[in-house]
Amino acid sequence: MTLPMLFIDIRKGFRAAGTPPFLLDVTETFAPGFTVLFGPSGAGKSTLLDCIAGLLRPDDGAIKLNEEFFYDSARRLSLPPQHRHTAYVFQSLALFPHLSVEQNVAYGLSAHPSTERQERVERILPAFHIESLRARKPGELSGGEKQRVALARSLVTQPRLLLLDEPLTGLDAALRFAILQDLCAWNAASRIPILYVTHNREEVDAIGERVVALIDGRVQESGTPRAVLDAPRSIALAQAAGFENLLHAHVVEHRPADGVMRVALDSANCDLEIPLGTEPPGAAVQVAIRAGDILLATEAPRALSARNILPGTLESLEPRGSLVVAQVHAGARFTVHLTLGAVRSLQLVPGLRVWLVLKTHSCHVVLP
Amino acid sequence: MNFVALLLSFRLAAVVSAVLLILALPLAYWLAFTRWRGKFLLESVVALPLVLPPTVLGFYALIALGPRGLLGRLWQFLFGHTLAFTFAGLVIASLVYSLPFAVQPLIASFESLDRRLLDASSILGATRARTFFRIILPLSWPGLVTALVLSFAHTLGEFGVVLMVGGNLPGITRTISIDIYDRAQALDFTSANHTALLLLGISFVVLSLVYGMNRRAWSPWPAK
Repeated sequence: MTLPMLFIDIRKGFRAAGTPPFLLDVTETFAPGFTVLFGPSGAGKSTLLDCIAGLLRPDDGAIKLNEEFFYDSARRLSLPPQHRHTAYVFQSLALFPHLSVEQNVAYGLSAHPSTERQERVERILPAFHIESLRARKPGELSGGEKQRVALARSLVTQPRLLLLDEPLTGLDAALRFAILQDLCAWNAASRIPILYVTHNREEVDAIGERVVALIDGRVQESGTPRAVLDAPRSIALAQAAGFENLLHAHVVEHRPADGVMRVALDSANCDLEIPLGTEPPGAAVQVAIRAGDILLATEAPRALSARNILPGTLESLEPRGSLVVAQVHAGARFTVHLTLGAVRSLQLVPGLRVWLVLKTHSCHVVLP
Repeated sequence: MNFVALLLSFRLAAVVSAVLLILALPLAYWLAFTRWRGKFLLESVVALPLVLPPTVLGFYALIALGPRGLLGRLWQFLFGHTLAFTFAGLVIASLVYSLPFAVQPLIASFESLDRRLLDASSILGATRARTFFRIILPLSWPGLVTALVLSFAHTLGEFGVVLMVGGNLPGITRTISIDIYDRAQALDFTSANHTALLLLGISFVVLSLVYGMNRRAWSPWPAK
């Protein structure tokens, strides 16, 4: 049996008064299993899913699943959403508010005989742990329960393609992980292409076999989560991937023997050693560093493998949930993530003299 | 009080609001969901009775329903008499007169629906008809009741159109508002007042019902 492949080659433009024109231009093949669609809001992720589901019609191009065309501008063919047999879980979930959980889940099975309908519903309800909620209306469900119902309603139809638009937004980590496990178990049993839109790095790591980064309507990069998100090659992607520190710098010299190059920060009189790139000496670059990848010391560190040690002053500490966001001025301003325990044991207070420690491979050159 | 006129008015209002609902549902659905750029033209036509003097509307209705009008000739061919000064003629003229009161609440309630619910329905394989009957209609019931109640109340109180088209035939076309007019003309103010008060009361109750319901105070699902 050949594996179902989704092939997309579409363009769709939008013009609205007061906003710059937007063009979605995507050519990409999606294999069975999870593909994470990653990108800042407004990058066109939901528009792409709407085109695949048949809710929006592209300007031209083609969309096909295996050999069956969903859309083909050359033949003026566009299959209505009813006939595409896809499943699509919206960010808003769109549960029918006047129907019970059971009626919601059975909604997509109206074409099947009632015995089979009943059978399938009875199978999917326990798989998503919503058996006890069957008589409730969506208004009486918690956030996590709603998300489970929305997933069950989509998957019970045995779709050929699954589109998920941030379906787990707003859930706490434990619940998100539990639902992801159910979803992964389901994926293992029925291998179909799954396009999963998320901003959440933990979700990417939990399910991501492959990441496609969409920026300004175009696929900027695709590959494993590590390759795309840990070493982003553009500023827009670095920002979307959670690189809090973006520093303007110039290449000073290449040291090919060590596999590194030295860059000078524009705003400060200090150098960083970063992985060797192709930018020639003198070229302007931007260096992206995750706030969580920076170490902070209250004494000048010695005998350390890290090559970049910058003295500076702690400017502010701001608790944010379980972490503390510190702003440090070390020539340039750096954002550093610390744990509550580290702040306590190091007795950190604003005004303190500190040292920042950056590993060479935590520094990534991104293109403007 | 003239119970014959009262009963006639209620009969007219009931028939008109029932027929209007059937006509207004597809019309409102189309107006709410079409992407046709010229839809404002049809919207204007539907809204015309709101601004037109009832005598103008009644005049054209009389022409259309009379022996020279298209509708009148067709009716004469089918039933052997014209529509003017008959109950059926009154119904037809009232349908036009009260059309915006049925269509506009329906459009408003269709347009306020979360489009993602309709998207979800079609992705789950539902045809347009199934989406309409299973999702759109049940979620639009406040608009439905508003349309029904407003067209009923509006028809109950109509005067100008009835006078033009129906004349003043007791039991056939003499409605309650014409009865009030007649009494006042005959200086029978007590009797006119009783009937007028009754209409005032009915109108107030009806509007309270509509506004109260649109606040969704006892809605079975939480507000969006």
